Amino acid sequence: MPTLKRTEVLKDNQTHYCPGCGHGIVHRLVAEVIDELGIREQTIGTAPVGCAVLLYDYFNCDIIECAHGRPPAVATGIKRVQPDKIVFTYQGDGDLAAIGTAETVHAANRGENITIIFVNNAIYGMTGGQMAPTTLTGMVSTTTQDGRGGHGEGPPMKVCELLSSLGGVCYLERTAVSTPKDVMGAKRAIKKAFQNQIDGKGFSLVEVLSMCPTDWKLSTSKAVDFVNNEMKKVFPLGVYKDK
Amino acid sequence: MGHKILLKGNEVMAEAAVQAGCRFFAGYPITPQNEVPEYMSKRLPEVGGVFVQAESELAAINMVFGASASGARCMTSSSSPGISLKQEGISYIAGAELPCVIANMQRGGPGLGNIRASQADYFQAVKGGGHGDYRVIVLGPSTLPELYQLTMNAFDWADFYRNPVMILGDGILGQMAEPVELSPYKPIVNLPEKDFVLDGCKGREPRVVKTLVLKPADGLVAHNEHLQEKYQRIEDELSLCAEYETADADIVVAAYGITARVAKGAVRMAREKGIAAGLIRPITLWPFPKSLFLSIAQTASQVLVVEMSHGQFIEDVKLAMNCALPVEFLGKGGGWYPTEEVILEKIEAMAQAYAVSGKETNKCRH
Ligand SMILES: Cc1ncc(C[n+]2csc(CCOP(=O)(O)OP(=O)(O)O)c2C)c(N)n1
Ligand code: SF4
Repeated sequence: MPTLKRTEVLKDNQTHYCPGCGHGIVHRLVAEVIDELGIREQTIGTAPVGCAVLLYDYFNCDIIECAHGRPPAVATGIKRVQPDKIVFTYQGDGDLAAIGTAETVHAANRGENITIIFVNNAIYGMTGGQMAPTTLTGMVSTTTQDGRGGHGEGPPMKVCELLSSLGGVCYLERTAVSTPKDVMGAKRAIKKAFQNQIDGKGFSLVEVLSMCPTDWKLSTSKAVDFVNNEMKKVFPLGVYKDK
Repeated sequence: MGHKILLKGNEVMAEAAVQAGCRFFAGYPITPQNEVPEYMSKRLPEVGGVFVQAESELAAINMVFGASASGARCMTSSSSPGISLKQEGISYIAGAELPCVIANMQRGGPGLGNIRASQADYFQAVKGGGHGDYRVIVLGPSTLPELYQLTMNAFDWADFYRNPVMILGDGILGQMAEPVELSPYKPIVNLPEKDFVLDGCKGREPRVVKTLVLKPADGLVAHNEHLQEKYQRIEDELSLCAEYETADADIVVAAYGITARVAKGAVRMAREKGIAAGLIRPITLWPFPKSLFLSIAQTASQVLVVEMSHGQFIEDVKLAMNCALPVEFLGKGGGWYPTEEVILEKIEAMAQAYAVSGKETNKCRH
């Protein structure tokens, strides 16, 4: 049986993520992929504003921390100046699909040859559980206290579906980290998204449905159930584009 | 004398940037600076550079953030409403201590305003503009040859101090054409090695470019103190100002940029009429050339501030002179610009009032 090895890409630091948070799993997957592709010394990561802002505390590669929502623009600047480097963004749903929507959509439409890891936990984690663009209809958050949808919030925004119509996009897949099988699927997708960049294929985004037990106010196991039973219904897993 | 060619101000600035080694430009169209992205879109690929038409000024400045972290000499330009959008990025770039050049070809405001020239973004440019205690080096060119030279210098100062540098022009400067000698670029400072560049951590420890400082608890205090020390150093080292006929001047006109150019004509006319007028023209608006203003305060009797706004630059003039002299004002925003005759009229009125009331009764008004 294969044993879990340390990856060179992750630093030996104590995590600041809450118990049961999906970010740690996604970090591990991205790190394993960078390790396996042997690209750590060519890689430049961009950190979002959100719970993952401290990306550089964990990733043993060059990192730039961006303003809220701007990683795709910053990544564009880096990749255009250094087309031989591997550039990825790691963003939450508020960062990518609310304040940074324009940056996301236009980087995608330009076909920037970058890799985006989009962690969708249907809530604003870092600021304490406010509604995100991906918050489910009826879901309670600190700014939708009787459930999203009754006060003109609109329905949850589906990023892969939204981006799939854009000509510049190469690869879009929605995955999850709520079952072991999903974790394996997420890793396969993340690896493909990085490989696409190495092969010069263009804009690749992997959405990962992820747990936020703290701001969902659920136990860690109930949070896993929430992804499996509620989020996957609204955000079906699968490949949305593969050019 | 080298070969001169006739170009618009916006093109002069863009070519100066290319000459100085700018290899990344991101911008978004806005009048009256459209010639800059247009020129760059054609010119940069010729020299192996990159032009990106961004989806907004926000995106453009953040692309510049990434390009700067990648070690490229980089630039963005816009006009007033677009510069407001860039403030977020400027604060991050200043906080992260990265070099870049930003040009503001100012237009009338507030809001959408109009597309006529203005100097109403002075406060925004020299006092911060975005959030946090930071400074941007601000340059106020007044002719196209000077715009050409200062744009090249801007890249050097940005690299030398690891700080954003802003060229504070206006719609007239951007749109007017004037013969300019496109002299080759020569660095004016010893350029430091860019040891912050994120180019993959091959053979070295990973680097981080960031502005969030949580640990230790007073880490951000220390970072701010470090920034302030740098700003003090810039104030001590980099303060440029031009003077015209100030040695024996009773009435000194203070103006910057395109306004100073008009004011110079008015001063010349006043001299012809026997009025001892002069001109002081800051070239760096931050750092503000305080010491020259202090010496003017020793020798002149009155100051006239002329600017294309309702009074922003005047505050720095008064501060620099410690209110030692009476300061008169001529200025309006919204696209108004002064003619030589209007400035001359004001100088004449000041000369006359002074002759009647004398120095003693002429108290500082502010
Ligand atoms: C311009 C700006 N607006 C607001 C904030 C405050 N803020 C920090 S994180 C965040 C939301 C993060 O949520 P998300 O992107 O979903 O990431 P998560 O924390 O859930 O991983 C907000 C609104 C900020 N830092 N900057
Ligand atoms: S608040 Fe949510 S997203 Fe943030 S660390 Fe905790 S569980 Fe994770």
